[in-house]
Amino acid sequence: MTTVINLGRRDFLKTAGVLTGALVLGFRLTEAAAAEAAAEWGAVGAPFNPNAWLEITPEGRIIVQVPWSELGQGPLTAIPMLLADELEADWEMVEVRKAWNDPRFGRMGTGGSRSVRTSWDPVRRAGAAARQMLILAAAARWSVPAGECRARRSEVVHERSGNRAGFGDLAEAASLLEVPQNVPLKAPAARTLIGKSLPRLDTLAKITGEAEFGFDLRFPGLLFAAVARAPVFGAQVAGVDDSTARRMRGVRRVLPIGSGVAVLADTTWQALKARDALDVQWTPGSEPDLDSDAIAARLAAARPEAAAIMRREGNPAGALASAHTVVSSVYELPFLSHSPMEPVNCTARIVDGFCEVYGPIQSVSWGQSVAAAAAGMDPQRVKVFPSYAGGGFGRRLMVDYVTDAVELAEAAGCPVQVVMTREEDTRHGFYRPASRHVMQAGLDTAGGLVAWSHHLACPSISGQLDPAGVPDGRDEGAVDGAATLPYRIGNVDVLYSMVNTPVPVGWLRSVYNTQNALANEAFLDEVARAAGRDPVALRLDLLPGDNRLRRTLETARDHWGWPARLEKGRGQGVACHPCFGSFVTMMAEVSSPAPGRVRVHRVLAVVDCGPVVHPDGMRSQIEGGIAYALSGLLHEGIRIRRGRVAQSNFDDYPILTLDEMPEVTVVSIPSEDAIGGIGEPGYPPLGPAVLNALFDATGVRVRNLPLAAHFGQ
Amino acid sequence: MAVVNLTVNGQAHTLDVDPDTPLLWILRDHLDLTGTKYGCGVGECGSCTVLLDGEAVRSCSLSVREAAAGAVTTIEGLGRDGLHPVQKAWKELEVPQCGYCQPGQILTAVALLDRNPRPADAEITAAMSGVLCRCGTYQRIGRAVKKASEGGGR
Ligand code: FES
Ligand code: FES
Repeated sequence: MTTVINLGRRDFLKTAGVLTGALVLGFRLTEAAAAEAAAEWGAVGAPFNPNAWLEITPEGRIIVQVPWSELGQGPLTAIPMLLADELEADWEMVEVRKAWNDPRFGRMGTGGSRSVRTSWDPVRRAGAAARQMLILAAAARWSVPAGECRARRSEVVHERSGNRAGFGDLAEAASLLEVPQNVPLKAPAARTLIGKSLPRLDTLAKITGEAEFGFDLRFPGLLFAAVARAPVFGAQVAGVDDSTARRMRGVRRVLPIGSGVAVLADTTWQALKARDALDVQWTPGSEPDLDSDAIAARLAAARPEAAAIMRREGNPAGALASAHTVVSSVYELPFLSHSPMEPVNCTARIVDGFCEVYGPIQSVSWGQSVAAAAAGMDPQRVKVFPSYAGGGFGRRLMVDYVTDAVELAEAAGCPVQVVMTREEDTRHGFYRPASRHVMQAGLDTAGGLVAWSHHLACPSISGQLDPAGVPDGRDEGAVDGAATLPYRIGNVDVLYSMVNTPVPVGWLRSVYNTQNALANEAFLDEVARAAGRDPVALRLDLLPGDNRLRRTLETARDHWGWPARLEKGRGQGVACHPCFGSFVTMMAEVSSPAPGRVRVHRVLAVVDCGPVVHPDGMRSQIEGGIAYALSGLLHEGIRIRRGRVAQSNFDDYPILTLDEMPEVTVVSIPSEDAIGGIGEPGYPPLGPAVLNALFDATGVRVRNLPLAAHFGQ
Repeated sequence: MAVVNLTVNGQAHTLDVDPDTPLLWILRDHLDLTGTKYGCGVGECGSCTVLLDGEAVRSCSLSVREAAAGAVTTIEGLGRDGLHPVQKAWKELEVPQCGYCQPGQILTAVALLDRNPRPADAEITAAMSGVLCRCGTYQRIGRAVKKASEGGGR
């Protein structure tokens, strides 16, 4: 099919569907949405500006290309729903394709809880435009006014004459029309698919084993690669004895690459065994003696006077000095590993002067750039095909594995799948930064909160990836959730000290909100106790009247019956947080059933993400956010010892198990307010809600994590 | 190297492999049955769970020599004549998120219900707790096993 795209300023671009008789319509993110995406991600690995495509064939098949990676969050169902709803398509006729980095899509990448919310407008408007074109084509054919025709279930109907025609039948004529701009969208009450929990289109493949994840990709002549990687951060290969490895069965090549020494073999197992048989000497690395205590000391040494002032209102220092009571606390949070269930992997091959990259990848366009660099090719000769991903959580925003795979495919001259074991995945990650939060609050004689100060010290993701990008240590990303404190307090300070270390850092589900929301909301609970206030009532006092976060708090209070009567020995806690355009309040019920044990019995999540496209999918993401956050809270913390990660697998880096999962209830407040994301906002309130409930139950205030370190889970 | 006779999903295979190779990699790389997943390689996660004579076993920690003693069923072999009741319950409750752990979850549940068709909640929790899901589908897994046990997955 010929497709000629004129990337003008118009929102929709019609392409030549004439030859095939198909109506093909592309739609692009608005410039504003693209700019927002860019701002949110900073300079590196950004910005994401995905576009999707619709095709209606003469047979009436409706093909939707989805340029978002499927990581578990369900875009393969939600995005086509947006389109089909406005189009008035018969859902049974909708076919979904995972898009590759066809230049027509612009920049592709999946992160920032952005798949549905940035598609919400452009994809619906594309559906509406296509619907209008089909109606105009039908009206012209029947010589009736277009205003008398309507579309439903993949047909255009003219009731007065009894004429009807299927979308497929009309597609060719419609494709010849100008693309109408600004076709009005349906009223919310007229929606037929949006807001319904339709069966997810990828479920069947995932329960039968048919879904192809990165590890499952197979090509003729494929070799599997395992890499000996530097144990200490920053170390380089100093020497290799590969004589044993080379003699092992199935081993084809031993190759040095940027990230270490790779063994290529016929099967995964052979590659892993031979890799372990390599004898590699390494240079000492950047800081061979680095350990967690040293990092904690560096964070503690950060002085507020030298910190960047990220938000200042009123006179916080003066207000603290003159406050009747000052509450202060320090929260210390560890590095976290993403540990997606499918460890990092990637497959590449060079065919006919093109480099093809396959695998579980979030940053498709960034992957394209690094693949081009690794292959020494023009980026236009690189194709990236994202596969199903066994979880992402931000780990697959990084593209280190793409470089490995392309370097190897280039050098070996055959398709190569580079695999990481769980041990490598744990030790060679890009961790959620460790952080230290010095919190201070001033109360007046009546117990009113008059001053708030939050001094954050932690590594900067942007600053470590691209030091030139954060020259003055002012990383706006690092204070996401801290500078965005939603409360009205007269005097506010939010300070940031960038303390970078050799430990690689990256974006993890809700990013710096994971730390900042915990510090805010757990500390606010301390403030409420000090002021003798109920924590819900205090928050309500601090939030403006017409406020979406406030609405979730009130709904949670009513739904929970706050404060609820609980069994003896149990406690309850609350926390709320806005991020990624959504507003969430959580309440948790916790006990410590035996000394050294923590049990989270139930969690209520009240969510305002504006319009809810797929209610069950939304609930599923919130359940997942809660499980992920609870796993971190209870168990996780990457420890650094002798310049390297101390843990390696689920035996020493345990994650949440089914018996620890609380009963989760998700309540949503659907509205036509601005749509928010849903993959990440379910994480931040969980930790502080549980810590606050734990204090309520036990009187123990935990300020450094994980809980296992205190409660010996 | 040695010749190993292995039965998988009712089909007999004769393989010339190192008999110490974990069954997981034989399934994935020799028999192209990639529905069985690698998650940890050390018996900690359960993503690689298959049935050996109906019992849930971790294929990463079982050599192909040991597996040859019985009949192996993988996710590809389950419900070949329509979905198994456990799979139906999984679909009805929309359990999967990323889906990576789900073959192991489903086969663990099948083994449980085969030996204990009406498990108590605590028995479900005990049987399923060893299979890790990083996406946090645990609440739905528990409910789906219950549903399948009540015949609701039919
Ligand atoms: S891969 Fe076998 S238990 Fe994890
Ligand atoms: S569904 Fe993703 S790991 Fe279980």
